Amino acid sequence: MSFFIEVVAGGLLAGVMYSLVALGFVLIYKASGVFNFAQGSMVFFAALTFVSLTERGWNLWLALAVTLLAMVVVGIVIERTVLRPLVNQPPITLLMATIGLTFVLEGASQLMWGSQPHGLELGIPDVPIEWLSQKWNINISQFDLFAAFVAGVLVAILALLFQKTRIGRALRAVADDHQAALAVGIPLQHIWAIVWAVAGFVALVAGVMWGVRNGVQYALTFTALKALPVLILGGFESIAGAIVGGLIIGAGEKLAEVYLGPYVGGGIESWFAYVIALLFLLVRPEGLFGEKIIDRV
Amino acid sequence: MLYREAGQFKSTYGQDQQIFPILQDRVAVAALLVVAFVVVPLIGNQYWFSAILTPFLVFSLAALGLNILTGYAGQLSLGTAAFMAVGAFMAYNAVLRIPHMPILGAFVIGGLCAAAVGIVFGLPSLRIKGLYLAVATLACQFFVLWAINRVGWFSNYSSSGVITAQRIEILGYPIEHSRDKYLLTLVIVAMMALAAKNLMRSETGRAFMAIRDMDVAASVIGIPMMKTKLLAFAISSFYCGVAGALYAYCYLGTVEPEAFTLDLSFRVLFMIIIGGVGSILGSFLGAGFITLFPIFLNVLSRTAEATLGIEMSHAVVSNAEAMIFGGLIIFFLIVEPAGLARLWQIAKEKLRLWPFPH
Repeated sequence: MSFFIEVVAGGLLAGVMYSLVALGFVLIYKASGVFNFAQGSMVFFAALTFVSLTERGWNLWLALAVTLLAMVVVGIVIERTVLRPLVNQPPITLLMATIGLTFVLEGASQLMWGSQPHGLELGIPDVPIEWLSQKWNINISQFDLFAAFVAGVLVAILALLFQKTRIGRALRAVADDHQAALAVGIPLQHIWAIVWAVAGFVALVAGVMWGVRNGVQYALTFTALKALPVLILGGFESIAGAIVGGLIIGAGEKLAEVYLGPYVGGGIESWFAYVIALLFLLVRPEGLFGEKIIDRV
Repeated sequence: MLYREAGQFKSTYGQDQQIFPILQDRVAVAALLVVAFVVVPLIGNQYWFSAILTPFLVFSLAALGLNILTGYAGQLSLGTAAFMAVGAFMAYNAVLRIPHMPILGAFVIGGLCAAAVGIVFGLPSLRIKGLYLAVATLACQFFVLWAINRVGWFSNYSSSGVITAQRIEILGYPIEHSRDKYLLTLVIVAMMALAAKNLMRSETGRAFMAIRDMDVAASVIGIPMMKTKLLAFAISSFYCGVAGALYAYCYLGTVEPEAFTLDLSFRVLFMIIIGGVGSILGSFLGAGFITLFPIFLNVLSRTAEATLGIEMSHAVVSNAEAMIFGGLIIFFLIVEPAGLARLWQIAKEKLRLWPFPH
């Protein structure tokens, strides 16, 4: 039993890491209807910039601030150069543009900082919590808990930003209806720039967390692929969906790996998350928390 | 002045419905075919055949397959590379396990197996639409690669999962020279392109387009949703499967499952976006662009190195190339979202009025 709990808890905490990446997708999709495939490379870019600055002897907080600034600039530049000219294009064109953006961002970050992998330390060891493992024989990594805590703080900040501030109200208005928002005088393009900047901030947090876990290397860009099943499971438009979807996918994936993996030869984590998501989609085609799709002729 | 249909009268329905109603188009296509079938094999060299022309044709076929599904039937798919992998590996197994299997038959078997996989993974499309479907097709991409890697039978239990394509022989004539492989690919691609062009002018093709434009309306006017969508998946996957088999047999010769990653799916998707969604010609233009452009960039960077006399490290060059490639794709999407095929159409319309545009 304690083993089962350990597997589920480990899965849930891993799922939080997926949610961190998925959050960035949701923010942009909600506000501008763009499925930003480049979120994975934004994570990579942020983590690589951060780790390279700290390796050059910068103070941790200074490096964080400078990276954040860089992400904001990147977000604004993307909005200006890529999205603004592509307004009103079909979603597939926008998707392809962000895939093109992936190449640019990956190339740029490796051109700037080199392509060798880096280790990243925040001073929180990735070891099991002692009293938990002694008392109940459950191994849960201290770092995983920290990541979950960070994710919680991040969601709280985002919720505050969305619910309590003027910008947040504008963001929600834009997410609801572009044209109505424009009509009441909300500057759509500023809002998009802000959303991209916030997504950059989320990418930075996700990048640092994933960087500590797996090292900062090119493979970080694949975190996007981990976040996709979370997204379709939770629904593209829902922050809560990203969190819940992440938890379901994380736990389901771990359980399948432990209890199903040995029968089919292991390595199933590359596709199992998609199967879980597909099963949910067959029941609810718009994801758990997505907006209901209404067909009209 | 040169390109004008004035004076070309149609007196039968057959003439009215032909693929290229304008004489100049027919002449141009005939000339193109003569060049491709006769002139190129006479003047081309090994490098052109094996590194440029054959991959171009193979990717054209794959792009054509994806265009049938995405461009005509409107179902976004990111599983192209998986269908190609099924085609390649099943063609290999067909030749390996069925005695006296003719190679063309093996290609067909590869395509049919890909079509079967396509139908299975097309089932979610009955329920899910748009970007959700695109992400769902990723399941196909990852699952198929996993299965090929995991189940030894597909690669005849080779330890690394690599397969080496068998010798190709058609009616006792061995196809070994790269020119012969080019010609074989060309024949298959030309025939399948013609079939696709005609399919899209038929009832089936029009049903695809109706579903693309609005599937609720299509089902209201009596187009069977399930049959048509699954048919689109099957036909598209068949094309991709044959393209995969050609990729293995005529282009690479030795393939590993890792050749068919998500990157390949994205490349094929780029081809149809840049070439033109919902256009047969666009598939070829896009494939040409995406295959040739990296080679062009490579040549460019090498000449830049030579003329400027600086030694750039390999990493710098490849990263810069990736950036330019990505930037160019964005640029293309901004200036001409409808793709190269649209530019071609605009050029033709201009040409009809030339030299007196008013």
